[in-house]
Amino acid sequence: MPRITLIEHNGTEHAVDAKTGDSLMTTAIKNRVPGIDADCGGACSCGTCHVFIDPAWLERVGEPGPFEEPMLDLNPERAANSRLSCQIDISDDLEGLVVRLPEFQF
Amino acid sequence: MEAPVIKHSSRSLVGRDAWTIPLEEIDLAHPGIWQANQFLPFLARLRRDEPVHYCAHSPVGAYWSVTRYQDIMTMEAAPQLFSSEPTIGIVDVLPQFTLPMFIAMDPPKHDEQRKTVQGVVAPNNLKNLEGLIRQRVITILDSLPQGETFNWVDRVSRELTTQMLATLFDFPFEERNKLTYWSDIATAIPGAGLINSYEESFEVLKECLAYFMRLWRERAAKAPGNDLISMLAHGEATKNMPPMEFLGNLVLLIVGGNDTTRNSITGGVLALNEHPQEYQKLRDNPALIPSMVSEIIRWQTPLAYMRRTAKVDTELGGKHIKAGDKILMWYASANRDEAAIDRPDEFLIDRDRVRQHLSFGTGIHRCMGNRLAEMQLRILWEEILQRFHKVEVVGEPVRIYSSFVKGYTELPVRLIAR
Repeated sequence: MPRITLIEHNGTEHAVDAKTGDSLMTTAIKNRVPGIDADCGGACSCGTCHVFIDPAWLERVGEPGPFEEPMLDLNPERAANSRLSCQIDISDDLEGLVVRLPEFQF
Repeated sequence: MEAPVIKHSSRSLVGRDAWTIPLEEIDLAHPGIWQANQFLPFLARLRRDEPVHYCAHSPVGAYWSVTRYQDIMTMEAAPQLFSSEPTIGIVDVLPQFTLPMFIAMDPPKHDEQRKTVQGVVAPNNLKNLEGLIRQRVITILDSLPQGETFNWVDRVSRELTTQMLATLFDFPFEERNKLTYWSDIATAIPGAGLINSYEESFEVLKECLAYFMRLWRERAAKAPGNDLISMLAHGEATKNMPPMEFLGNLVLLIVGGNDTTRNSITGGVLALNEHPQEYQKLRDNPALIPSMVSEIIRWQTPLAYMRRTAKVDTELGGKHIKAGDKILMWYASANRDEAAIDRPDEFLIDRDRVRQHLSFGTGIHRCMGNRLAEMQLRILWEEILQRFHKVEVVGEPVRIYSSFVKGYTELPVRLIAR
């Protein structure tokens, strides 16, 4: 049960216990963290679970995958540390992970 | 006024029993069942009996219909197999009448052009527009006649979306009805009332091009602004666009921003009248508005399908699809698929996973204006609830003769004050 912190655009922090094997998107939804829409339900095909990975964690979380990259690429708020949270699987390595949410999903 | 309508041909399925008709006779692209509002059982039949269905004989040529949610998700995730070129409607219009637009392009050109214009409808830009939209909604609602019957489509749905478009283009406001007219022309079926041939609609669209070329030159000569024309005129990927491509993308933005939301505005009033318990839920708890907006968009499904064309021989749902085959992804069916959506035939403004519908499509072609559409509907319903106990439907809606645009020309209503 790694502990993960999601920070809303307005600064509100949500520290939640994530379940290994869930995606980061599912973790946010289960814990009712606002700001993740996940319109496609986790199929990597809508881009509405966009998050920014804390730079210190970028290497451990990894790069976007081949299906994720084109979806991120079409987001005007895309940054170097952008990921789709439905494509990040929670594992024990992610204990302490910090991610920030964009002001809006698009 | 009711639009004149093509006489139903022998191909029309109107009045046929969806559950006993031979599968090979089902031609979903025929507009008859859509105008008559009889399409749902035919969609349900195909989902159950032949979810990837081949229609070999149709006035618009042979095509596949894909009716299950999951199969559409699979297709949308594979633009390298299922191309959006040459067009996303069922009819292959002659090349000289085919307008290039990014909805009908594959990567990488699609991505470049979309990225140039999407900023205007991105949420951070919309934030600045919210006050203006609300002001316009208020003006429209406050000008409506009290205690008499009027056509909601003309007075609210068309008016609001047209004003919105004029704002996004920074189009001369007093001439805004041109936008609606061009939008109607661009999607009109020859013979269904508005035009008689594609030549005729193309002539009208050339006037549209000339008008916009003038605006383009004005904006190109000025510093970059926040309207769509200025963005196109200054954008790296679009500033050297050939005129026909400019026209194509204009038509895309005009139709995309007009027809669709217009019909969800009408469809929402209709759905709430047909489900009075949901209307009551809404009155009791206006915080449900955002969720209701998503449910209205699912329920209406303003565009019934999008077409793809197979790039290579491939397989889907156990069927062999050949390179070059046309495939229609029926969003109107996916949105009623019991395998993907709980109690899909119920209109529930507070349902779980309410955003997981396919009205916007999905994947790289997912509706660019989805947030603008939702915002318009949200503001409209916030202001309606402030003013009226009920927007009461007092007559039958008149639906459009099209299997692509699911919409209305008429919805007679009367306002009941709070």
